[in-house]
Amino acid sequence: MITLEAVYRLTGALFAVVAVLSALDQRNPKRWGNALFWGLFAASFLFGSRMSDLANGVLVLAMVAIAGLGGLGLGRPVTTSAEERLASARRVGNRLFAPALAIPAVTLFGALVLKTVRIGGVFLIDPKQATVISLGLGVLVAGALAALLLRPPPLAAFQEGRRLMDTVGWAAVLPQMLAALGAVFALAGVGGAVGALVSHALPVDNRLAVVCAYTFGMALFTMIMGNGFAAFPVMTAGIGLPLIVRKFGGDPTIMASIGMLSGFCGTLMTPMAANFNIVPAALLELPDRYAVIKAQAPTALFLLLANTLLMYFLVFRF
Amino acid sequence: MLTLIGVLIVVAGFLARFNPLLVVTVAAIATGLLGGLPLDHVVAAFGKAFNDSRYVSVVFLVLPVIGLLERGGLLERGRMLIAGVRAATSGRLLLLYFALRQLSAALGLTSLGGQAQMVRPLIAPMAQAAAETRLGPLPDRLRFLIRAHAAAADNVGAFFGEDIFIAFGSVLLIKGFLQQNGIEAQPLQLSVWAIPTALTAFMIHGTRLYRLDRRLAREAAAGTAP
Repeated sequence: MITLEAVYRLTGALFAVVAVLSALDQRNPKRWGNALFWGLFAASFLFGSRMSDLANGVLVLAMVAIAGLGGLGLGRPVTTSAEERLASARRVGNRLFAPALAIPAVTLFGALVLKTVRIGGVFLIDPKQATVISLGLGVLVAGALAALLLRPPPLAAFQEGRRLMDTVGWAAVLPQMLAALGAVFALAGVGGAVGALVSHALPVDNRLAVVCAYTFGMALFTMIMGNGFAAFPVMTAGIGLPLIVRKFGGDPTIMASIGMLSGFCGTLMTPMAANFNIVPAALLELPDRYAVIKAQAPTALFLLLANTLLMYFLVFRF
Repeated sequence: MLTLIGVLIVVAGFLARFNPLLVVTVAAIATGLLGGLPLDHVVAAFGKAFNDSRYVSVVFLVLPVIGLLERGGLLERGRMLIAGVRAATSGRLLLLYFALRQLSAALGLTSLGGQAQMVRPLIAPMAQAAAETRLGPLPDRLRFLIRAHAAAADNVGAFFGEDIFIAFGSVLLIKGFLQQNGIEAQPLQLSVWAIPTALTAFMIHGTRLYRLDRRLAREAAAGTAP
């Protein structure tokens, strides 16, 4: 059975190669910083499952120290010139899109079909992690297609990967860092404290006020925690169930459904949802790291308002 | 209440634009210590959760392939393709992608998309090329705006599509939570009640994308004026 661990090894191997190539890059004045940073990330993928929690924590702190003290530079791998790219685009034509589209196609195929395949009673891929594993398979298929199509020099894929990884830089580990922060918040009881705060400050005699408190509270708490899944139990136990459902007789299904979607409006507006908002800004080489959030904020605010009205008009009616 | 200091550190740190990795680490350590945990426990909890969430970073595996294709002229080919389609504009292209993203996510096909897989190599450069074909070279500000909108179309489409799919995580989380509180909710009902918001999201964001072309034309003209 192909497990998540195998995909982690593949990812670790990639970062290890990126680290070595970074160390060899004479054109990057901070090459040792980059090499160490990506090397530690590689170690996390290769050995993290066998390391103690404390060792993993120390590894993270070392990565933070490198990135936080400005130790990361921009690698400058040799790549093709604008003219060469144009010529290649003319020569290869629309077949260039095939490997790019193979990634989502194989991921989807894996998540839907390979997930159910058993050989001798054993699943081919771990069904619980089907999507992530299939993404790994998709990359291998797409990489092979791209190599056949373009016949690049042997290390080109890794050098190009390094170019893009350096563009993303410290933002690459932010999503995992925020997941870790969420875990510490949960241990220290931050959710409960916010819940207590919210239920103290609440006018409970007015339906609209209660609905507003719930939808806006979901969005705000989601912005703090970075995802709606962490905010939902706290806000629903603090406001939704006691007030909207028990006191005013609202429908719990409608409340929960629209409540969660109000949280999603918050996700669109927070840097804490780094993999959706901060990593893409880095990937697209936007100088303003909040540019994606700014593009999303008007939609999120209008939709939050719409959700509030939808809930107010629907939840007490069914 | 002291534990909320971590939240304040995060908000202040992000607003002041300190390095987010430092902000998050300081907030985590402060929160843990104020919550009465010894330092080594905080670091261990931090390390464990970091380690357990490695799956979010597997997506970076696609970058060597994307980079290789860019090296071979993927962005240039995308521009040629778009330049050949007369009806193509940034707004229309993003609107089409947004609609397909939302629809496929609603059917549970969330992997047909994504920032690293689709937006960076295909959607953002094509949307930019569509505007440049029509309006000529654009100032950086507008090129960045188009790219940011490409990322936004992917996010908004996915978020407000996937929750219609009954096996999506949030639907199952809601069902589980309500069950713990003695309320039986049907996943299908939860999905159905996500539809009004999904339609509203489509109208709001669709309208904004539809108007993006006019905004680009206006600001590009203003930018070239003396």
